[in-house]
Amino acid sequence: MSDKPVGEMSFEEAMAALEKVVGDLERGDVPLEQSIKLYERGAELKKRCEEKLKEAEEKVAAITLDGDGNPVGTKPVEGQ
Amino acid sequence: MSDLIEDDAKGDNAPEFSVTELSGAIKRVIEGEFGHVRLRGEIGRVARPRSGHLYLDLKDDRSVIAGVIWKGVAARLTTQPEEGMEVIATGRITTFGGQSKYQIVIEDIQPAGQGALMAMLEKRKKKLAAEGLFEDAHKRELPFLPDVIGVVTSPSGAVIRDILHRLRERFPRKVLIWPVAVQGAACAPEVVRAIRGFNALTPGGAVPRPDVLIVARGGGSIEDLWGFNEEEVARAAFASEIPLISAVGHETDTTLIDFVSDRRAPTPSAAAEIAVPVRMDLLAWVDGQSSRLVRALTGLVSQRGQRLRDLSRAMPRAERLLDGPRQRLDTWADRLPAALVRSVQLRRVRLSDSAGGLRPGLLRRAVQSDARRLRDTAARMNLHALRADLRRRNTDLDKISRRFHAAAQRQAEDWRKRLDATERLRETLGYEATLARGYVVVWGDGQVQTRKASAEKASMLELQFADGRMRIGGRAPARKAKRSDDTPPEQGSLL
Repeated sequence: MSDKPVGEMSFEEAMAALEKVVGDLERGDVPLEQSIKLYERGAELKKRCEEKLKEAEEKVAAITLDGDGNPVGTKPVEGQ
Repeated sequence: MSDLIEDDAKGDNAPEFSVTELSGAIKRVIEGEFGHVRLRGEIGRVARPRSGHLYLDLKDDRSVIAGVIWKGVAARLTTQPEEGMEVIATGRITTFGGQSKYQIVIEDIQPAGQGALMAMLEKRKKKLAAEGLFEDAHKRELPFLPDVIGVVTSPSGAVIRDILHRLRERFPRKVLIWPVAVQGAACAPEVVRAIRGFNALTPGGAVPRPDVLIVARGGGSIEDLWGFNEEEVARAAFASEIPLISAVGHETDTTLIDFVSDRRAPTPSAAAEIAVPVRMDLLAWVDGQSSRLVRALTGLVSQRGQRLRDLSRAMPRAERLLDGPRQRLDTWADRLPAALVRSVQLRRVRLSDSAGGLRPGLLRRAVQSDARRLRDTAARMNLHALRADLRRRNTDLDKISRRFHAAAQRQAEDWRKRLDATERLRETLGYEATLARGYVVVWGDGQVQTRKASAEKASMLELQFADGRMRIGGRAPARKAKRSDDTPPEQGSLL
């Protein structure tokens, strides 16, 4: 298990960690005490994954450029 | 008719030009005739003086025409002329009266056909490959799920629409579009600026920095896509710290940027697919993991519960556990008093067996027997008998010694008589007795001399009489002396 707090994990990290937890638990050779901890961690990781998946927000913006082609900001792009 | 004959006067009638007039006339004719030409040829020598104008030669296998590109035009060219390049130059022919020369003033220059462009592209590819820009070691891993996607493309048109559409389908994300011209002279510098511009954004700034870039353009002719074959674009893509997906043209079009990008997508839609995973798949995956998690834990607990039950079933009841030992205890407890009694009895029997013979009479008998044996022996130990024995042995010794004495005396006398008789016999038989009757024994040199010859040779003679010996002279000493006289001469000869 990595020491990184679950809340700071990227989706990919949380995914890999969750996969490992499930694998460990399914192997069935962990002590009962630890298996409950594993389960709790798995639930936490699952929550993190779902959170990241919920952030499926579409927001399209175009960079606005000045006369010399330097970016000055963004403007929303609609109707694409 | 006469006009026909006066041929020699013809020249006289022709108007005379000054050099400038003729030069001007030629200029008018040529510039009027060749005011707009497309000239195909190979670029020869190219000169770029400080002025910014560009001078070059266009040639084929037989002729050469000088060309010039004015400064303003040169800066706008999409294709920079290089020596050896096969081009089609568009422009007009002008003359330069001061030097009796003509040249083409080039307005635009294009590589002559795809062959020339491809050759140029190959040359660039080789160059960048030699620098190691295409190596896999430089390819960056794309993020699994980028938060922000930067798209460098035209803000209008099918390409951005396709990308956004595909992204929305798969996993809606934040998208930043950096609008650029995707063809023409402005294309390459704008794309370069866009790639650099995205990289220059600071993470967490007002404008979010993308996690992945897509450089996209729809299909087109090789000339249309040419901007993405420019070296500066390839170098900017290579230098990008943000992983970059290139999607230029159709699947069959391969541009220079495709070789240096971290991933090449065959189409803009494919670039969107590469950029993000499918959200529904991931949700399903998470659900799957979650249910596996629950199943695994439940399984684990129930498996353990089952084992606990199995074990507890296999465990015997406490009473049953004690039955055996209790029975054994009973048995042994029953046997204990009897065993004790029997043990004592056994010992008693052994004691009485041993103690039975142990009576005073037995001891007394043994003592009496020993005393009797002592008395018998002591009785036989009698001094009187010993003395009688001693006396008898003394008498025996006296008798024997007397008999020995008598026998010894007889023997000694007997031997003396026999000795005397023998002596007498000897005296009568010996020569010495005859000496008394007047015989003499002659000795010479210790030997009895019985012959004259031997007596003469003896050194000394002795006569033995009955009462002693007498020495008489002999020749012996003389002979000895004579022998010593004889010897020296023999020895003298030695000296």
